[in-house]
Amino acid sequence: MIKKITCIECPVGCQLEVETDQSGHVIKVTGNKCEKGPVYAKQETENPMRILTSIVLTEGLDLKMVPVKTNKPIPKAKLMEAMAAVKKLKLTKQVKVDETIASDFLGLGVDLIATRPASFNSH
Amino acid sequence: MAAAVAAQKAGVKDILLLERDQYLGGILNQCIHTGFGLHHFKKDLTGPEYADRFIKQIEAIRDIEVSLKSFVVRLTKDKILTYLKPGKLEEIKAKALIMATGCRERTREMTHISGTRPAGIYPAGLAQKMINIEGLLPGKEVVIIGSGDIGLIMARRFTLEGAKVKAVIEIQEKTRGLIRNVVQCLEDFSIPLYFRHRIAKIYGKDRVEKVLVENTVNGETFELPCDTVLISVGLIPENELIEMACVEIDKKTNAPVSKEVNKCSIEGIFVCGNSYKVYDLVDNVTRDSVKAGQMAAEYLKGLK
Ligand SMILES: Cc1cc2nc3c(=O)[nH]c(=O)nc-3n(C[C@H](O)[C@H](O)[C@H](O)COP(=O)(O)OP(=O)(O)OC[C@H]3O[C@@H](n4cnc5c(N)ncnc54)[C@H](O)[C@@H]3O)c2cc1C
Ligand code: SF4
Repeated sequence: MIKKITCIECPVGCQLEVETDQSGHVIKVTGNKCEKGPVYAKQETENPMRILTSIVLTEGLDLKMVPVKTNKPIPKAKLMEAMAAVKKLKLTKQVKVDETIASDFLGLGVDLIATRPASFNSH
Repeated sequence: MAAAVAAQKAGVKDILLLERDQYLGGILNQCIHTGFGLHHFKKDLTGPEYADRFIKQIEAIRDIEVSLKSFVVRLTKDKILTYLKPGKLEEIKAKALIMATGCRERTREMTHISGTRPAGIYPAGLAQKMINIEGLLPGKEVVIIGSGDIGLIMARRFTLEGAKVKAVIEIQEKTRGLIRNVVQCLEDFSIPLYFRHRIAKIYGKDRVEKVLVENTVNGETFELPCDTVLISVGLIPENELIEMACVEIDKKTNAPVSKEVNKCSIEGIFVCGNSYKVYDLVDNVTRDSVKAGQMAAEYLKGLK
């Protein structure tokens, strides 16, 4: 199968043609202006990964919502499942930036961490 | 914050930082996505993380006094500031002044869309604030006007929160946003992006019910049912205060008339960040605001 994707590794944005075999493995990439294109195409076709950023509800803290992110990318296919899990969380204690809110989130080997302190005078 | 830190490093001893909100950081607080700081910190940070790094710097400097919930309402050309704090009205005279009041969003009134005036029409940045700060979802079925980065980011944000984004409508033939955002905010969720299209009409009595989308090349139209329309068609510098002080303002861009970065028509008043001109990248705001701090310090040395 041949699929067209846009390389996002730099602002040039090459249109890549990605050829895959039956099992979805990349066999050929064309349209790239540099060697980063095929690497991106392989990752993006075989196992696309994304950092999830979202918000978590709090109780008894200054901020009603605390922004969070996964500390490493997770499979793109897991984004909505991860969101459903994020919505179930409730933060009741003060956190600092980078502090873990849920470790080994969904068993994906990544942590969900805070990106903002949950109270105004926290430093 | 960058200007304050830079001014202090350049030798200024008595700095007051006024902020109307309950916290520092400005618009960065609502930009919870990544993509900030690649130049300045050589790291891919979220908006709040980028702000936090500056907040920590500010809090470590004793020469900088931070006054929150302080809404500046008046400025004269002699640099006398009047600001409201809960329960009081304060006045202060500055020797040098750095204005970093940011920008605001263009509204529907500025984009000429016909139709009724129902609820459900939001500037995209306001919707961003409602979701990310207040935890409120403005609607369930969304059409977004404008494919700049804010529009794209909000398409993903609404989708992740469980809303259905019907389409992003762009009048130009290509997006002003980053390709990365087109891929990760639209293509990831199969959200259609229509180039050379515009919203010809918004329908709905109390709440938005649908929009009429028009192809600007051949005039063909189609309808999209939705309960929410996000408008993301650009930003304008927020400069009412310096205008009050009789600083010359360019009526078209709402930016100060300026010969050199951060300067305006009054000596000793410096304007930086999005109030000087609308920036795409926070890293560039920081770079130029550092300059503003240094310029203010230079100016103060010249006074003595
Ligand atoms: C919705 C939106 C999304 C963005 N997304 C991105 C992005 O993804 N990546 C990126 O690099 N850049 C992004 N930007 C650009 C961003 O604006 C800049 O990067 C930067 O954060 C702007 O900083 P600033 O200090 O100039 O303005 P602001 O952050 O707007 O700060 C202005 C501050 O002044 C305060 N203020 C204003 N008037 C008064 C007054 N009268 N009295 C007291 N205080 C006052 C405000 O409360 C605010 O805190 C985005 C901008 C917007 C508007
Ligand atoms: S292939 Fe190379 S040049 Fe083309 S967009 Fe990717 S990184 Fe840029």
